[in-house]
Amino acid sequence: MPLAAYLTPYDFSPVTILGCMLVLGLYGYGLLKMPEEDQPGSLRILVFVVGVMLCYGVMQTQFDYYSQYMFFVHRGQHLVLHHLGPLLIALSNPLPVVLFLYSRIKPGIRHALSPVKWIYRFLQHPAIASFLFVGLIFFWLWPPIHFNAMLSRDLYWIMNWSMLLDGLLFWWLILDPRSPLSSNALGYGKRILLLALVAVPQIILGATIVFSRGMVYDVYEVCGRAWPMAPETDQLLGGLLTWIPPAMMSILAILIILRRAMREDGKTPLYSKKLEPTHS
Amino acid sequence: MNIPFRVRLPRILPIIVVATTAIFLTGCFGDDKPWRGKDISSLMPELAFELTDASSDTITAKETDGKIRMLFFGFTSCPDVCPATLQKLSRAVNDMPEQWQDDTRIVFVSVDPQRDTPEKIKNYVDFFSDKAIGLTGDEKALRELSKRYRTTFSYDDPDAKGNYNVSHSGAVYVFDREGNARLLFKPGLSVEDIRTDLVALAQEGRA
Repeated sequence: MPLAAYLTPYDFSPVTILGCMLVLGLYGYGLLKMPEEDQPGSLRILVFVVGVMLCYGVMQTQFDYYSQYMFFVHRGQHLVLHHLGPLLIALSNPLPVVLFLYSRIKPGIRHALSPVKWIYRFLQHPAIASFLFVGLIFFWLWPPIHFNAMLSRDLYWIMNWSMLLDGLLFWWLILDPRSPLSSNALGYGKRILLLALVAVPQIILGATIVFSRGMVYDVYEVCGRAWPMAPETDQLLGGLLTWIPPAMMSILAILIILRRAMREDGKTPLYSKKLEPTHS
Repeated sequence: MNIPFRVRLPRILPIIVVATTAIFLTGCFGDDKPWRGKDISSLMPELAFELTDASSDTITAKETDGKIRMLFFGFTSCPDVCPATLQKLSRAVNDMPEQWQDDTRIVFVSVDPQRDTPEKIKNYVDFFSDKAIGLTGDEKALRELSKRYRTTFSYDDPDAKGNYNVSHSGAVYVFDREGNARLLFKPGLSVEDIRTDLVALAQEGRA
């Protein structure tokens, strides 16, 4: 197969292509129109584009073919959609661009968007966000559900998109660039706690798959593999990809948050009261 | 200090929703279907193909409507899965009450058109059952059909004599008389399981 053919979609999804084009288009428009002093640096732009293109790449190239017919490649696809891609997008801090684009929306439309804001705030509650983050991994990897998702084209796309959107919500909550001292962003301690909490079930799930003696995901047996590989090896590699890289990314994110917290150490919280002398 | 309920509600609401959703989801995993095979009614599209039959004529799925069809991908040089599956399907059809036997067809699609000529496929399927149809097509048509049913096939490297193995799906896709996807027979299913499901399908609307 020529190289260019690898870059063509296996399962053409107009929603995915339009979605990625829209995100990159709006980001580019924001960059060009926004005041120069607010513009992100070239490294941040690069990180954002790489994050979006990674998500696009695992869904709309021949990588998707291998994801559908090899369990471990599928785990790699979800690692990108749920962890790596959204983490890069959140890390690039697109907030100034988003705020600029938001300021361009007419007040009437802004008002109409208020239900979206309500849903967003609800989903960004730490309990909901962490439950969804871990819950979706478990849900789509529950063997009967996983079997159905790999058999049904509609369910397959719902699975991939739900993982991507949930990844974006969670990593945005964690890597929110605003300081909790000067905004209502989640406190650093809570962010670290969430990262540690979501890592544990993922480690348990990955280890369970790795140490399973029987075939947990027989859909790949039933529907044929993309290339001949021992089913046990496929499952083992898939389990490792569920276990180790997500745990490592939690640790990486904890280090990033710690660095931010240490930088802000000693700064006065916005709402703290000044110490007043007491008279006895 | 007592905090009024209306103040506490927004704080505890997300937790209530999480708990309710968790309880709700535990009810999603039950499978109380009476079928022995896997029910794929809402998961897969209806039967559609345009392939070459034993007489090298083009045949479409519509031409086989009115029969319960069991679609199976394989190749005639297959050493194990294909002969075992065809044998099993053939026995299950033969074990059905006579009145329903002619209502079923085993649709064997060879994914090895390089080696499997229409005539070779016909001889192969005829050996197993007179209710079997052998089909093939060019690789593009076969890829499209297998993609439609979320499966794939691949060719191993040929040995010194030019023989090669083909990895393919071991599942049988079952479609009702109208061509709706109904069941998926996994390789582990017994002849009796297959027979039971085929009879149940055949009786639908006819009993």
